Amino acid sequence: MSEALRIEGLWKSFGDLEVLRGLELAMDEHEIVCLIGASGSGKSTLLRCINLTEPIDAGRIVVGGREITAEGIDVDLVRRGIGIVFQSYNLFPHMSVLDNVTLAPRRVLRLPRADAEARATELLERFGLADKRLDYPDRLSGGQQQRVAIVRALAMEPRLLLLDEVTSALDPELVAEVLNVIRELAAEGMTMLIATHEMGFARDIAHRIAFVDGGRILEQGPPDRLFTDPAEPRTRQFLQRIIEAGRLQV
Amino acid sequence: MSGPVPGATGPVEADAVRPPARRAARYSGRSLAIAIVSTLLVFGAIAVVVASSPGWERVQRQFFDWGNFVESAPDIVARFEVNVRLFLIAEALILVLGLVIAVLRSLPGPALFPVRLLATAYVDLFRALPGVLVIYVLGFGIPGLRLPGVPNDPFVWGVVALTLLYSAYVSEVYRAGIDSVHPSQAAAARSLGLTQLQAMRYVVLPQAVRRVIPPLLNDFIGLQKDTVLVSFIGVVEIFRQSQIRQAATFNFTPYLATALVFLLLTIPLARLTDWLVSRERSRRDAGAAARRGGAA
Repeated sequence: MSEALRIEGLWKSFGDLEVLRGLELAMDEHEIVCLIGASGSGKSTLLRCINLTEPIDAGRIVVGGREITAEGIDVDLVRRGIGIVFQSYNLFPHMSVLDNVTLAPRRVLRLPRADAEARATELLERFGLADKRLDYPDRLSGGQQQRVAIVRALAMEPRLLLLDEVTSALDPELVAEVLNVIRELAAEGMTMLIATHEMGFARDIAHRIAFVDGGRILEQGPPDRLFTDPAEPRTRQFLQRIIEAGRLQV
Repeated sequence: MSGPVPGATGPVEADAVRPPARRAARYSGRSLAIAIVSTLLVFGAIAVVVASSPGWERVQRQFFDWGNFVESAPDIVARFEVNVRLFLIAEALILVLGLVIAVLRSLPGPALFPVRLLATAYVDLFRALPGVLVIYVLGFGIPGLRLPGVPNDPFVWGVVALTLLYSAYVSEVYRAGIDSVHPSQAAAARSLGLTQLQAMRYVVLPQAVRRVIPPLLNDFIGLQKDTVLVSFIGVVEIFRQSQIRQAATFNFTPYLATALVFLLLTIPLARLTDWLVSRERSRRDAGAAARRGGAA
């Protein structure tokens, strides 16, 4: 398998606050890695750094064999190949679902409108959103909005998809429809790095779980091992709290 | 904590709610009566004071001469065409220049600091200067330079002065709109590979402009009225025309005609602005309600 992502010695601070402290992580193509860890441990910051939304302080990020943190790299070009979906959906409220999905293919990839719309419609159909294509985001439920946000990212055919706590803002009964979309992407072999608090889902879907603590990956491994027999006391402590909160059945 | 009201207390609460609702209806009937009576009293008192003042007869002759009004109104209304032209040309230029300046001021990055500095200096300068001064300086100063190829038509310099003055205000209105669009919108656009300018053009500006249409209209009401300032550099527009009329007859009624023209134009525009503001607000509320309803 070829390498999809490699992060070496990534440091990132906001003012005096060191959020990422020499973080290292590597992913193969078609691999799914779930980032777990307490709020504020740096999961979201890591994803935003990979998408080059946040400038990094030190370290290297290599995507598909190309260092994207190198001098003189075209940031806009890099972002085309890396999709990111946010907790708060961030759909464009002044555009229909279809326009949300086709904006980047048309303006960035310069696809003719008809082609972009045909592709978008196909994607929307696949995720059960075809009848919503002409609706505006404020007409959709949170789950539908988040599915549209995923489709919008997929329309750029990214080779790596970053999901930043995509179900955290949703009402409980809407979580499943979004997770099912991600499961479908997993079945197709999409390479995904997922920050999540949904431990049951992470255990189901991930090839590997990475526990983020103190700005680095403290421990990582296959879900079966990490959830049942963590090596680090900090990991054990975190999982214990999660189990007590009823978010993970052992 | 504020969950559904327990069933037993439901009817009690409903009873407690109904009487105040009836009371509110009675109040509104009484409020209307009070409003009408107090309005009649206040305006009646003003009319009595004005009409019983020692100079009223003279003022009435000077300002409210019907014959003079009928005679001077056609001239004055015809001259208003100059103001309309001034206004329409300046408005189109202001909408563009104001937007360009607002976008320049909103561009991030240390390399663009000089651009932001210039744009900021421009806005500070033209918001600080009284409009009449700018109109004088441009209208008399630049033609005075006698540069070859530079027009000396005061109408042109009137348009330029109004454009420079109002673009400074309008750029601030645009900028407030741009700032009101949550940064996550631009971030989402950039994450899809759109450039800074594309994110501005397709995602931020459409939302920003929609939100600032009412305050923009407000500025344009001001612009309409300020077109009369151009009379100071010799453009014969509606105000200048009424001055000419006044000088010929020693009667101020032509000014009244001018005032009426502006009232007839500006009040509907002000009402339109208010209507747009309330529509925008209710649309936003409906959107928020739909989101809540949809998510629930």
